[in-house]
Amino acid sequence: MQTITVNDAVGQALAEEMRRDARVLTFGEGVATNRRELLAEFGAQRVRNTPLAEGIIAGAAAGAAAMGLRPVIDLLYAPFMTLSMDAIMNSAGKLRYLSGGQFEFPMVVLARTGAGWTVGAQHNHNLEAMFVHAPGLKVVMPHSTADYKGLLKSAIRDPNPVLFFMDMTVGYTPGPVPEGEHVVPLGQAAVLRAGADVTLVSYSKSVTTCLAAAEQLAQRGVEAEVIDLRTLKPLDEATILRSVRKTGRLVVVHEAAAPCGVGAEVAAIVGERAFAALKAPIRRITGPDAPAPSSWMLEQAALPQADGIVRAVLALVGAEAVPA
Amino acid sequence: MSQPSRISMLETMMLIRAHEERLAANAGSSPGTCTAVGQEAAAVGVVTALQPRDRILTNHRSAGHLLARGADPGRLMAEVMGRADGYCKGKSGSLHVSAKELGVVLTSTIVGGELSLAPGVALAQKMGTTVPNEGTEPGGITAVFFGDGAACEGIFHESINLAVTWQLPVLYVCENNQWQAFVRRDETMPHEQVRPWAASHGLPAVAVDGNDVEAVHAAALAAAEHVRTTGTPYFLELITYRTRGHYEPDDQAYVDKDELARWKARDPIALQRDRLLAAGELAEGELAHLQQRVADTVEAAFTFAQNSPWPDVRELLTDVYA
Repeated sequence: MQTITVNDAVGQALAEEMRRDARVLTFGEGVATNRRELLAEFGAQRVRNTPLAEGIIAGAAAGAAAMGLRPVIDLLYAPFMTLSMDAIMNSAGKLRYLSGGQFEFPMVVLARTGAGWTVGAQHNHNLEAMFVHAPGLKVVMPHSTADYKGLLKSAIRDPNPVLFFMDMTVGYTPGPVPEGEHVVPLGQAAVLRAGADVTLVSYSKSVTTCLAAAEQLAQRGVEAEVIDLRTLKPLDEATILRSVRKTGRLVVVHEAAAPCGVGAEVAAIVGERAFAALKAPIRRITGPDAPAPSSWMLEQAALPQADGIVRAVLALVGAEAVPA
Repeated sequence: MSQPSRISMLETMMLIRAHEERLAANAGSSPGTCTAVGQEAAAVGVVTALQPRDRILTNHRSAGHLLARGADPGRLMAEVMGRADGYCKGKSGSLHVSAKELGVVLTSTIVGGELSLAPGVALAQKMGTTVPNEGTEPGGITAVFFGDGAACEGIFHESINLAVTWQLPVLYVCENNQWQAFVRRDETMPHEQVRPWAASHGLPAVAVDGNDVEAVHAAALAAAEHVRTTGTPYFLELITYRTRGHYEPDDQAYVDKDELARWKARDPIALQRDRLLAAGELAEGELAHLQQRVADTVEAAFTFAQNSPWPDVRELLTDVYA
C-alpha cells in the first residue's frame, strides 16, 4: 500500500492508462502546464493545453472519440461544464444512439466541485444529477483516494462518455492506494461500514461525514450501514436495496440540492421496490436549493454535517432505541 | 477519386433536387425535414472535390452532401421515414444522419454542433499517422458544412481558433444561404458574408458563387489541396439561397417574393444545364434521358423506403450505451 494524495492518484491513473493505450490523450485548461510529468513522458501531441473555451474542448474530445481516440479532458470546475453542455449531452451522449450504434464516444470529462474552499457558486456547484438525467452518459464521483485512481482507470477504459467529478478540497489529502495495477469497476457501490439499524447512502466527500455520523451513532447503540455509491450512473441499485431490506431505514446524504437529485432517485427506487421493508419514512439530507455561498460560515451551513445526520437517524429509529 | 465530369455534376444535382422534392411532397410521413433545395451546387461542387480518406461533418440540411458522397437514396429515404433499412436504423430521421461507410462522421442538428466536433475529427486524422484510429490514412482532411446561422454561434469562433492554433486539417465550408431558420441573414450580422469573421482568425478565407457548381468545384479543389498539403485549416464560403422553407411543410409567407424569384432565376441546376447545352456538351435528348433516370431512381428509392419495415420496438433501448 502506498500513501499518496488524490491529485497524485489521478496523475498515476492517467500515466498508467496513457502508457497502456496509445489512443489515450489528455487536454484542457492548463493540462500541459500542470501535468509536466505527463508532458515529459508522452509528448505535446498527447498532452495539450487548450484555449479557455469549454465548448470546443468538449467538442474536440467528442470528435476525437468518434474517430477512435480516447480523450480525457479537464474542464477544471463543474460550473464551467455548462459551457460545454452541447458537446457532452447532445453529441457525446446522444450520437451513438442516433447513429444506430455506428459511432462510440469513449471520453472522460474531469471537473471539480464541492464546498470547503469558499470559492462560491460559480466554482462550486454539485450539478452531477443533470448528467445522470441525460442518456448515454456515465457519472462517477469517488470518495476514497484509492477509488479516485481505480475508478478513473475504469472510466478511461470505458467505451462510453464518463463524467468524473472530483471534490476540489480533497486534492492534497493523502490516503492509502494499493501498489501496482488497481482498477475499480464502474457501477459498483462500496459498503464501507456494516450496520443493522439504518442505511446511510452517500457519495464523494459526504461519505466522510456519514462515516463520522455512524461513529457517533454507534456510541448511542445505533448501527448504521454506510454505502458509498462511487458511480451515480449506472447506479448500483442491488446494493442499496439489499441494505434497506435489512435495515428498514434510509437516509441519503449529498452536497447537491435536493430537487430531482440523486437522493430523490435513490428514494424513489427504494419506494418502488422495497416499500414493504421500510420501518420509517425515507430522509434526504442535502445542500440547500440555493447557490453555493462564499462566506465560510454560510458554506458550512449549506454542507450536510454529521450532527444533522445523527439527529435525523435518531428520530427515525425512535427514542426507545436510544439509550441516553 | 477521379474527377467528376461536368455532366455527372449536373446529374447529381438533379438527383438531390428530385430526392428532396419527393420527400417534401410526402411531408406528411416525414414532417420537419429540412431541405437544401437551391443549394445543390454547394454540396456537389465540394463533396466531389474530396477523397475517400476524407471525413465529412454536416448539418440538418445534409441530403445533398450524403447523396453527392454516394449515399444510397433508398436507405437515405428509409432513414428519413424512420425505417429499419435507414443508415442509422431509423433512429436518426432526417436530422442527424451519419454513414460511417461513407466517411460521413456526424450530422448535427444543433446548429454549430458540427463545428464543435470537427477539430477533434481532424486531430484524430493528424494523429492517425502515429496512433491508429478511424482516420489513419495519411493526408485525410475533415470537411465541415455549416451555414451563416451557425457562424453566429460562439462555437464557430472557438472551432476555427482551435483549428488554427493546433494546425488541424479542417476545410470549413460555409453555405451562406441567406436564411437562419425563419430570420433573414441581414437581420443577424453586419456583413454580407461570413468570410471577414473567418479571415480575422488568420486562415485563408475565400468566398465564391455558391450556385455555380463548376466555380464551387474549382474553389473546393484548391481549398482541399491547401488543407491536405499544409495540414492547416481553410475557410470557403459559398454564396447561395435556400429556395424552400426552413422545414417541411412551410408556406414561406415570410419570404420576399421578388427576392425569391431573383434567386430562382439563378437556379444552380438550370445554370449548369444551360451551360452544357450551349457548349454542345449535352443534347436535349441526353437531358431527357438524365431526367428520366433520376426520376426512376427517386421513385425506386421512395418505394424501397415505404416498403422497409419499422424498427423492432426493442431497438428503443439498444445503442444507448456501448
